[in-house]
Amino acid sequence: MELIQEALKGSERAIARLITMVENEMPSWRETMRTIYAHTGKAYLLGFTGPTGSGKSTLVDRVAHLLCTNGYSVGIVAIDPSSPFTGGALLGDRIRMREVVTHENVFIRSLGTRGGLGGLSQATSDVIKILDAAGKEFILIETIGIGQDEVEIAQIADTSIVVSVPGLGDDIQTIKAGIMEIGEIFVVNKADREGADHVVTMIKAMLDVHPLSDAWQQPVIKTVATENGGVDELYENIMLHRKYLLKSDLLAVKRKERIGREITRLLERRIAQYVHNQMKEIGSLEDLVEEVTRRETDPYSCVDRLLPLVEKK
Amino acid sequence: MAEKKIRAMVAKPGLDGHDRGAKIIARALRDAGMEVIYTGLRQTPEQIVNAALQEDIDVLLLSILSGAHNHLFTAIMKGLQEKDMAQVLVIGGGVIPQEDIPNLKQAGISETFGPGTSTETIIAYIKDNLPS
Repeated sequence: MELIQEALKGSERAIARLITMVENEMPSWRETMRTIYAHTGKAYLLGFTGPTGSGKSTLVDRVAHLLCTNGYSVGIVAIDPSSPFTGGALLGDRIRMREVVTHENVFIRSLGTRGGLGGLSQATSDVIKILDAAGKEFILIETIGIGQDEVEIAQIADTSIVVSVPGLGDDIQTIKAGIMEIGEIFVVNKADREGADHVVTMIKAMLDVHPLSDAWQQPVIKTVATENGGVDELYENIMLHRKYLLKSDLLAVKRKERIGREITRLLERRIAQYVHNQMKEIGSLEDLVEEVTRRETDPYSCVDRLLPLVEKK
Repeated sequence: MAEKKIRAMVAKPGLDGHDRGAKIIARALRDAGMEVIYTGLRQTPEQIVNAALQEDIDVLLLSILSGAHNHLFTAIMKGLQEKDMAQVLVIGGGVIPQEDIPNLKQAGISETFGPGTSTETIIAYIKDNLPS
């Protein structure tokens, strides 16, 4: 397909249109991804996650700016929540990305979650692949502002950066399960505010008790992204982590795991769609609901009854 | 196949710092089920065209209160055409004198909406005028 060829050569219009096509699952999107896939695997993927308002967009902007300055070609995928009620979304990450837009060779795409629950959207990994195939050397992925357990980014990124800010809570927050377990680099942004050192201490204390199983010592970096403070140090640590993963062969391990999860995810999705379509043909969900409401049967038995009907003969 | 979402971009070209109206429009389009990219204040025509290109938008809503609409809107329209984005529906808003409107339409602005326009009018206009 001509569009794919142009995207592979780096045409922004072609890249943008391919993303739209894949995000909307327009006809032949799977064939498109099959062709694209052969050209992927070269980009290095950085994940940025953290609470709403912690400064993720600004940090992404500053790190991307440094990458550009060092001659790398950069892609950014910024995700904001879609309304579960209207499906609409306000995608505002570009507002903070002021430094990086001055460079050529940067492609920024904003995505709504469209029902994705892990802080990313369903199409995120496909969008990353399109940018990868188009020759972006580093791709920065910014999750929605997250709470505690949206850890999907760690399954997609090569380096996961967890952004924190002063004033969010006590030390119990750092020992809870969830996002504090996925950071390979920790950032305490808005470090000019009171309490920043305390947050650093708490994260470091947590890391002492629960170090990663491998030899990488997760750094905790103070930044003031709006003033560019600490951004150089963050950049250096990203490069160090990348070097570490490459040298120890852990990058290959990570990526193999990712491929395994991806096959499983795609299969589950296809099965879910198949079941959904079969259910429409059977068309008796309302009747079952009535039966269950009258307590004549129960949801568990309904599934037993439906399963043979949706299974492929 | 998922439903094709309308992607809109609300942009503030030029130097005026007033975006209350732009934010209200952005919010209304969001509630109408669109994906709305807001670029923030003080964008150059080049930045707006570039963002429109990368985000592959269907509608561009330009808000301006500085009086520089003739120059800025025309520059944006030219940029969109150069980037093969002429199919984007472009709507102007803010304070635009009546006598300037014919020229803006000549340049490719589809419609302009002044102060007091209801958000429903704008949403209906977008839905009626998007190329299918």
